[in-house]
Amino acid sequence: MTTATGIAFQLLQSVFVVLAAPLLLGWVNQCRAWLQNRSAPSILLPYYTLAKLFHKDAVIAHDASPLFRLTPYVLFGCMWLAAGIVPVLATDLPFAPAADIIALVGVFALARVFSALAAMDIGTSFGGLGARREMLIGFLAEPAMLMTLFTAAFISGSTQLTTIVETLAHREFAIHPSLAFAAVAFAMVLLAENARIPIDNPATHLELTMLHEAMVLEYSARHLALIEWAVAIKLFAYTTIGFALFAPWGIAAAGDWGALPLAVAALALKLALAGAALALVETVLAKLRLFLAPEFLSTAFLLAVLGMLIHFLVQN
Amino acid sequence: MSGSPLTGSLFALVAWLAIAALSLLPGRDAWFARRLAFPLGALTGLVLAAFGLQAAWAPVEQMTLPLGLPDLPFHLRLDGLAGFFLTLLGAVSAGVTLYANGYFRDETPNRLTLIALQYHIFLASMALVILADDAYLFMVAWETMALSSYFLVTTDHRLPAIRSAGFLYLLIAHLGAIAILLCFGVMHGGLGDYTFSALRAAELSPFWATAAFLLAFFGFGAKAGMIPLHAWLPEAHPAAPTPVSALMSGVMLKTAIYGMVRVIYDLIGGVRWEWGLLVLTVGAGTTLFGVLYALMQHDLKRLLAYHSVENIGIILLGLGMSMVFVGFGQTAAGALGLIAALYHTLNHAVFKALLFLGAGSILHLRGLRDLNDMGGLIRTMPNTAFYFLIGALAISALPPLNGFVSEWLTFQSALQAPLLEHGVVRSLLPLFAATLALAGALTAMCFVKVYGIAFLGQVRAPRRPAQVPAAGVGQDCGGAERIGMAWLAAGCFVLGLFPASFLLMLNRICVALLGRGLPEGALESSWLWLVPTSAAQASYSPVIFLAVIVAVTGLTFLLVRRFYHGRVRYAPPWDCGYPEQTARMQDTADAFGQPIRHVFGPLYLMKRHVPAPDDPAPRYSLKIEDRHWYLLYLPVARLAEYVSAKIGLLQRGRISIYLLYSFLTLIALLVFVR
Repeated sequence: MTTATGIAFQLLQSVFVVLAAPLLLGWVNQCRAWLQNRSAPSILLPYYTLAKLFHKDAVIAHDASPLFRLTPYVLFGCMWLAAGIVPVLATDLPFAPAADIIALVGVFALARVFSALAAMDIGTSFGGLGARREMLIGFLAEPAMLMTLFTAAFISGSTQLTTIVETLAHREFAIHPSLAFAAVAFAMVLLAENARIPIDNPATHLELTMLHEAMVLEYSARHLALIEWAVAIKLFAYTTIGFALFAPWGIAAAGDWGALPLAVAALALKLALAGAALALVETVLAKLRLFLAPEFLSTAFLLAVLGMLIHFLVQN
Repeated sequence: MSGSPLTGSLFALVAWLAIAALSLLPGRDAWFARRLAFPLGALTGLVLAAFGLQAAWAPVEQMTLPLGLPDLPFHLRLDGLAGFFLTLLGAVSAGVTLYANGYFRDETPNRLTLIALQYHIFLASMALVILADDAYLFMVAWETMALSSYFLVTTDHRLPAIRSAGFLYLLIAHLGAIAILLCFGVMHGGLGDYTFSALRAAELSPFWATAAFLLAFFGFGAKAGMIPLHAWLPEAHPAAPTPVSALMSGVMLKTAIYGMVRVIYDLIGGVRWEWGLLVLTVGAGTTLFGVLYALMQHDLKRLLAYHSVENIGIILLGLGMSMVFVGFGQTAAGALGLIAALYHTLNHAVFKALLFLGAGSILHLRGLRDLNDMGGLIRTMPNTAFYFLIGALAISALPPLNGFVSEWLTFQSALQAPLLEHGVVRSLLPLFAATLALAGALTAMCFVKVYGIAFLGQVRAPRRPAQVPAAGVGQDCGGAERIGMAWLAAGCFVLGLFPASFLLMLNRICVALLGRGLPEGALESSWLWLVPTSAAQASYSPVIFLAVIVAVTGLTFLLVRRFYHGRVRYAPPWDCGYPEQTARMQDTADAFGQPIRHVFGPLYLMKRHVPAPDDPAPRYSLKIEDRHWYLLYLPVARLAEYVSAKIGLLQRGRISIYLLYSFLTLIALLVFVR
């Protein structure tokens, strides 16, 4: 099962995802600017920002503990691991069995706990506020996320993303109504987990409304760059998990190198569409009050449960 | 020593009793209790763990001791299940006992002697509970355990709060013991033979089997701390000295799980899926209740006690799933659930003991137990902070530590739901798994709160002067404490990284209890991979997971250093440019729980006083109470008082009245019994 080409491809894909992730963010920002009738920034702007941040001197608060300096690297490592496991271009990923979708949720939880701890490390008022809100969103989103994943796992009989993709992509074309419900639920969880509108506004530093930004206030320079990059990879990973579960077409089967160009094209198309859709959602919707987030995410949970029940009904 | 596990375990048990007796040796400054008792106790724990591990792989052994009442000898038996729990007891108590050596260093000789005596009797009684093979010996050991732990809880019996906590504990422990006694009575069905082999052989009608199940479930549940019988737990755990809390939470609660598994799976047998649904419902309720109340606490030890309630709920979820599957005849899936439950039992023992020891160091060296008085401890107590972080990550079910593995196994067990024929039960199982996901994420929030407030941030000025014992501020825990914590922290890693070998051991237990274990595909896996059913369905490799994270994190660090620079400048915190930051502006434990109070408000009994804007002396107060007190405990207490007051009317204190009673009884007997 584990071949040299497989390992080579695994490494290649991990590097590709890490490098390509900011592009998706740039594309979303560009689309949003167009939709809001502003002149759009370059699609490469996230890269310039990262480069600028890496060159700066890091400013760290006097009281920072080693945990504070370690966290950006841990975050980046977690996201890199997540991105390496999701079948983005092909299912030939020898490392993928090391973590199934439940473990993937665990990776995101690990990253979240570390960033919340780092936010509380300096002991500022905003850090604690951001940490507690982030954990609030986290515990609301996690059950919903798990139920969507359960629905997909029940359909394919596996919690391995690669197996799920193989069963869903290379089978007879059939419409699963349960997957439709799960897909909507997943999209809602994606918005919440990635700190997008309507749960959080990534473009704001407005003190009382911010969630994710409140946690990273004390970071600067290379640490901030790593965090921003990790955020981009997280969005990319979530989007590609969504593709793997609900639109796995075009992903190359194991060992099928000829299908790779097609896979790249399919991925680019799907990402362009998803990015535009995200920009549209962020333009049309307004940010919800913090305490409407439970309603938003419990709706997602209920949709996912409905999807699962429909699956059981159809199966009978 | 013949080298047989049962003789060896018995030897360890006797060694603990001997240590307890030797602690009474009169001597200058109780030198035995101070210097030798605890290290020897820890060593005995290690020996016991080794024999338990051996027993888990060895054939079943039995032994009859010529002790006890005439014609009622003590029967002992050591099988895989007992071996597993002996391993748990030995390994966890080794760490805790070593820590206790440092913790009790400053006790006066008299108190220390008593503590060492009760502590080792407590350990020995727990081992005896696990080894017992007849109802009589089991109850003797069970009561010894309850009493010795009661005396340990009330070590500081001069404080009224601790006395009442101890009384509540004793009361509920005895309610549970009565239920267990009745359960044995139901199971034996009038044959007069109370050995477990006789109970196992007895055929029960479905009605009596269910009655026995209910008695066992609630009887052992009272000891385990499941709702609604949990009330003693958040009172008794904080009252006890910390190593004792760690032992009670880590090990004693697990003897209740042992009893449950032993009685329900082994002695009653013929598990029904309806029982499983009851266990699942109670488990889900216990899980959510525990974590939601834990989030409201600001006393660290109380918070950890509520998390024990939560984790018992998680274990019950695994057990319940297993019972549902077994009841429907899906034995392989049932084995998976049982393995998840047992593995979580072991994991919880390890990380909860570790967390209690961390809390104990803060209490012991700083005199602090209220989170709102702590802050910035990572700078003055880096060792404690490091070990506590490992425990916190493990309990939050984060990969690649051990808490995650058992939750992952429980999820995998829930994912076997399509095997069930019953449509409603099939769709319920994933919902119980969602409860587990919610609880896991809430636990993560709670431990972000604990760690962020106690160890990170700036030092808070205590609102009242802390009573710092002799050790003084600025010190971290000493050598014995550190080794004890390191041992348990290493346990978190070993159990998290190499679960496959433990899976095989637990599978043997399942084969013994259920007749068969996991499917073939699961057992062929190597030590690197955790595969519960088949490699196509699910797999997880914590070692690769950790290796990749460490490698990638390290690589990132090197790349950043290679291509950019490592320059750092230190400055005051930024905090949106607000210049006058003080330590009081940080989140408190109560503030951190505010979103939870908002979202789950109706579940709490909140008494809140918010001062009016024109109040010259504003005071904000918030009190969160457990509804169970008002809905269950106080009515029952009132009823008991009412009934005893009525019965008390009989008690006149005059001998002629009592003679009249005897006379009337005799007349009645003569009339009715002919």
